[in-house]
Amino acid sequence: MTIDLKMPALSPTMEKGTLAKWLVKKGDSIRSGDLIAEIETDKATMEFEAVDEGIIAELLVAEGTDDVAVGTVIARLAEEGETVDASAERTDSPGPAPAAAKPLPTAPIAPPSPISAAEKSSAAPAPIVIDETIKASPLAKRIAAAEGISLAGIKGSGSNGRIVKADLGLPAPAAAVMAPAFPSANTAPVYGPPVDVPHEATKLSSMRKTIARRLSESKQNVPHFYLTARCRLDALLKQRGELNEGLASRGVKLSVNDMLIKALALAMVEVPDVNVQFGGEQLYRFNRADISMAVAIEGGLITPVIRDAGGLSLSAIATLTKSLAEKARAGKLVPEDYQGGTASISNLGMFGIDEMFPVINPPQALIMGIGSGIEQPWKIDGEIGLATIMAATASFDHRAIDGATAAQFMAAFRDLVENPLRILV
Amino acid sequence: MADIYDLIVLGSGPGGYVAAIRAAQLGLKIAIVEREKLGGICLNWGCIPTKALLRSAEIYHFMHHARDYGLAAENISVDIEAVVKRSRGVAEQLNQGIGHLMKKNKITVHMGDGKLLGDGKLSVTKDGKTEELTAKHLIVATGARARDLPFAKADGKRIWTYRHAMLPPEMPTRLLVIGSGAIGIEFASFYNDMGADVTVVEMMDRVVPVEDDEISTFLEKALIRQGMKVMTGAGVSKIEIGGDGVKATIRDRHGNEAVQDYSHVIVAIGIVPNVENIGLEDLGIELDQRSHIKADGLCRTNVPGVWAIGDVTAPPWLAHKASHEGVVAAEAVAQALGNTDVHPHEIDPLAIPGCTYCRPQIASIGLSEAKAREVGHDIRVGKFPFIGNGKAIALGETEGFIKTVFDASTGELLGAHMIGAEVTELIQGYAIGMTLETTERELIGTVFPHPTLSEMMHESVLAAYGRALHI
Repeated sequence: MTIDLKMPALSPTMEKGTLAKWLVKKGDSIRSGDLIAEIETDKATMEFEAVDEGIIAELLVAEGTDDVAVGTVIARLAEEGETVDASAERTDSPGPAPAAAKPLPTAPIAPPSPISAAEKSSAAPAPIVIDETIKASPLAKRIAAAEGISLAGIKGSGSNGRIVKADLGLPAPAAAVMAPAFPSANTAPVYGPPVDVPHEATKLSSMRKTIARRLSESKQNVPHFYLTARCRLDALLKQRGELNEGLASRGVKLSVNDMLIKALALAMVEVPDVNVQFGGEQLYRFNRADISMAVAIEGGLITPVIRDAGGLSLSAIATLTKSLAEKARAGKLVPEDYQGGTASISNLGMFGIDEMFPVINPPQALIMGIGSGIEQPWKIDGEIGLATIMAATASFDHRAIDGATAAQFMAAFRDLVENPLRILV
Repeated sequence: MADIYDLIVLGSGPGGYVAAIRAAQLGLKIAIVEREKLGGICLNWGCIPTKALLRSAEIYHFMHHARDYGLAAENISVDIEAVVKRSRGVAEQLNQGIGHLMKKNKITVHMGDGKLLGDGKLSVTKDGKTEELTAKHLIVATGARARDLPFAKADGKRIWTYRHAMLPPEMPTRLLVIGSGAIGIEFASFYNDMGADVTVVEMMDRVVPVEDDEISTFLEKALIRQGMKVMTGAGVSKIEIGGDGVKATIRDRHGNEAVQDYSHVIVAIGIVPNVENIGLEDLGIELDQRSHIKADGLCRTNVPGVWAIGDVTAPPWLAHKASHEGVVAAEAVAQALGNTDVHPHEIDPLAIPGCTYCRPQIASIGLSEAKAREVGHDIRVGKFPFIGNGKAIALGETEGFIKTVFDASTGELLGAHMIGAEVTELIQGYAIGMTLETTERELIGTVFPHPTLSEMMHESVLAAYGRALHI
């Protein structure tokens, strides 16, 4: 049985009023004393309180409708646990109740539009039914009522078949919270080899699998962008030669890469907005640049980490990179050696590569790719001369780093490389 | 000829031994392998012995404040040896208890280093002798250990991990704690209460960074009031060990470096999973980006018959998460072996509470206010302070608050965040509520006993709906 809610007479003299605002919506369950609507009379705005309890089955008068006569049915209430007979409802005109004697001559549109009511009943899901014999959590019941979902056909996944929120099949916002940052790379299609080409198949090593998975994740999920800075290397090469003469007695030999690792770390300290990591719900900012250095090893590559490379001396970096690379090639790295890192560097310069666009090493947001230093014509003090030029291309995670910031960082990096004394101090 | 077990559990921490007991209850034939002590870190070196230490610190703190309660206590002093001895006694008692539980449940205990060999085989090596066991299923529950600073490994003398901090050779005078997660902040709180001069350095911009922002802010203020020095957004870049202490180079949030002297350093910068030398590589068991074992909601790894639970898998790294996974995994194993009466349920990570036993205590569950907004909830937030609760005033514990976060449209309890006395004992109320999917209506409709601290839980919910009574 449904209960009609009629426009109340909120004062002895009131004949009609404006339905200013609904305080409930279809499917809300209300109790005696709950506020249903705000109604403006000629004198004041007043609140319309419920006398009965049940579930709002239908709101028949749109918000803001003027001159609704006292006694007009403005909403229908279904008793909890009961189905509203939709057909009966439609035959029962939702127009002004007969009791509201006079039509409203001045109103251009009949206030409670039958069309809108019909639309509501056809567009809205089936009237709310809460069958108290169905076992469901209070939250599931509440959501089902609000969304017009019938619990009758749902199989509960809770204990003893109790229906819980997850069973309602809603796109729950909370679901995203604990979801892994990256979907599995296994979803990528895998193709067999062409039939007519002789081939042999080799089982993937677990390192190969890890590389495949992580780099697929990176390219699929991380929006990469690339910036290239051409750096003149002559001063750095000269500096390195001089330093190595001095260090020879200590058995330390600096490589160009050692100096670039430090330059990279210092540039990240100078432009700390690139020393970050995208964390889904948050951005992590690091106070220290730990540089992962790509080392090619048998069957793949690995990235041991130079911690706080900006704070280390060049000779310390040289000693570390040497020992880490040796350990890597001997397969003796322990997780502490290669876990972490706030950015990576990959150098293919020694292979004669002009320029490279590396794939970001997740969860990092930055990787620097280094090409060869190539002697080429260059404008030097207004004249054409020969200079050794190296293309440095960094890939950035655009979720965490924007172009202008990245450009600032590239400028800082180039400045450090071209003025290598700055790397020393 | 070795026996064939239904299940071997590798590691006897709160994940492993619970898995073994649950599996035994389901009638499986079980062995458990442990390299060190039954009960794992939690019971021997973690949760329990630290609570014993913190209890001493709390009583010491109360003795200093005896006057507030109309009592007198004079010549109060710390006997650190006795404090540690009590803590060890507590751990020992529980360790023996696990032994009894294993016996009672007819679980075979193998002491030694276990290694997965594939095909259900596992070797256990002890004192150079190796035996081989065979099982239909294996649960890896090897846990994790403290992460070392890359530039200063813990030596147990001046640089401590939690494990050294639990057995202090002497009382630190000036203590540096690196990391303000649960472990770091609990030891900071303990040694501060015991009279040490404590500095906490946290890399993130706030202490206890996994908690709600308001909790972090409140705790930081409380710790500073207790005389602790707290540096957030800061890092330690260098530690040099000298004759009678260490020199630590600390970079503050503005990038300024300064060298400070400390008697001891506690490193609490996170954990590393114990995944080495247990045969994972050879079996091709997949690890995640942080080298933890990848396992699904029913604790299955990518290799059939091999399961993983607890700290060796994904976060949260909490003993009760490990235990609960132990039950889930044991039931899933039983199901895989044909038991049709068990129905293992995946754990909802958002319904796992977390507790930190600093002073004031912290307890939380679900989404923080900021996170709830981020994931798109339209929310209602309620807050109620300890000062508004009669029992709290009677206890002399008026510091703290309880905050609740609800979804505005559905009334779903999304999160609860508490700081103050005994909140770690309160949070289970909201955990039950969340697990049962109660809305604000059922919580409002629940009668909370008077006079208790739990009334604040009710008031916080009422406050979220503009109905708090005592504020």
